[in-house]
Amino acid sequence: MTAAEAVGVLRFDRVTKEYPRSGLALHEVSFRVAKGEFVFLTGPSGAGKSTILRLAYFAERPTSGLVRVSGVNSEHASRREISKLRRRLGIVFQDFRLLEDRTAEENVGFALEVTGVPRAQIGPKVSRVLTQVGLAAKATAFPRELSGGEQQRVAIARALVNDPFVLIADEPTGNLDERATRGVFQLLREINAAGTAIIMATHDLDLVRHADYRTLELNRGQIVFDSAESPEPAA
Amino acid sequence: MRRTVRDASAAFTRAPLLTALSITTIAFSLFAFGLFGLVALNIRAALQGVEERVEIRAFVADGTDAQSLAAAAGDIDAFPEVQSVNIVTQDQALARARTELTEFSDVFQSGVLPASIDVKLKPGYRDPATVARVSARLKSYPFVDDVRYGEDWLVQLYRLRNIAGVAGLALGLAFAAVAVIIIGATIRMAVLSRADEISIMRLVGATDGFIRRPFLLEGFAKGILGGLLALGLTWLGMHLIDRYMHFHTVFFSPAMAAAGVVAGALIGVLGSSVAVGRHLRAL
Ligand SMILES: Nc1ncnc2c1ncn2[C@@H]1O[C@H](COP(=O)(O)OP(=O)(O)OP(=O)(O)O)[C@@H](O)[C@H]1O
Ligand SMILES: [Mg+2]
Repeated sequence: MTAAEAVGVLRFDRVTKEYPRSGLALHEVSFRVAKGEFVFLTGPSGAGKSTILRLAYFAERPTSGLVRVSGVNSEHASRREISKLRRRLGIVFQDFRLLEDRTAEENVGFALEVTGVPRAQIGPKVSRVLTQVGLAAKATAFPRELSGGEQQRVAIARALVNDPFVLIADEPTGNLDERATRGVFQLLREINAAGTAIIMATHDLDLVRHADYRTLELNRGQIVFDSAESPEPAA
Repeated sequence: MRRTVRDASAAFTRAPLLTALSITTIAFSLFAFGLFGLVALNIRAALQGVEERVEIRAFVADGTDAQSLAAAAGDIDAFPEVQSVNIVTQDQALARARTELTEFSDVFQSGVLPASIDVKLKPGYRDPATVARVSARLKSYPFVDDVRYGEDWLVQLYRLRNIAGVAGLALGLAFAAVAVIIIGATIRMAVLSRADEISIMRLVGATDGFIRRPFLLEGFAKGILGGLLALGLTWLGMHLIDRYMHFHTVFFSPAMAAAGVVAGALIGVLGSSVAVGRHLRAL
């Protein structure tokens, strides 16, 4: 075990997730993510990537096994603890999930407002992250006035505004064309370089191949390959 | 708290149509309930007016001396059921008959009517059984010839009163249930229209209480506004009836009116709480 692995931000221990109707989505999955690490989650559709991410932000609880994220544990976490934890996570989806009736800066500020951040602090924080994602000029645009790539940048800005220790991204480039994909991925690399751990589920193998990051490959609810353990891809 | 208020009022400005719709829905369901309440109130008032006239007359034998009459009246006044006792002499009886039955006044020109002891009972003692019991006691005085109280009429009145009471309660509960269901559905619609917002709030770490609060305030405000609107409509309805149907009606007392508006607010808050709670449990 390297020093980096010891300081885990997220840890799955023999996690099994079973859905009443569709059966086993994950079977005894164990892995850790170290502080500041970048991890790709890959695998065919239905392999369980989104399930792992939902378990990681406690939208679901495991059927058995244990999920631990920064001291919060899936066996004992209360709804309140989960809320508090999520303020330190950034979560990004394929479909952006912005509020259509609010501008870019209002969407970002929303994450601060609803977690009780004083109003006076909201403005400066929002402009800082909008600048960071390269959208300072579009602060007052509504989502429908933004391209897909720009909307995803707003969503990333919202995820970043609370200074998360880990960013959880479920196919963040899934709805974007190649150019926008590269832009958003470059942004994620910068965020990671600044110290935030990132777990990103993706279908884009080009992206995975060209970046030298750890890759977890899933198939039918099990980890079939972890680049941190063996240097060669399975099969 | 400031944010809660701002958020709740944002609901009004962001979705004015839906908000207006839910306030009107609340107002009309409470209005229906209010109209029903008003009808029930007026039927009760009318029945009470009739009930006040329940009176027992004990006709006294000719030649009974005034002293024993007065002694008996004092006696009777002490019965727990009795509200007032009034001695009517022969002359007074005649005078009363002339004014009450003017078309027969010539018949009473020279006639002789018996003196009587008129007894009124306290409210709550005017049912047929009690009236019959008191009548029997009056009859036991040796100088009392006959006791009348309009038995058939009294029995009818009480049957009507019981029917009105049971029907009123059943209808009232039904109206209230319908109002609660409609208002609940309206509020649920308001919550669902903001489902995206709620799920993003959960995602970025807003607590349940924080998410719930503006909805509760919104429900409260809608309930109050709907209640006031319903009160205004009911009042207007009553005035129109008064004016065009020449029907003298009784309106809610200020306390009852306030209770109605508070009930609206409570339904608003409870409805919102249930709707948001149900929604949050799924996230
Ligand atoms: N809420 C749910 N209820 C029932 N079954 C579910 C639910 N969510 C996921 N599943 C099942 O769990 C399995 C894994 O789904 P998951 O969404 O994690 O796959 P994925 O790897 O993210 O796929 P994709 O690449 O298509 O997004 C699938 O078989 C799916 O049918
Ligand atoms: Mg998925």
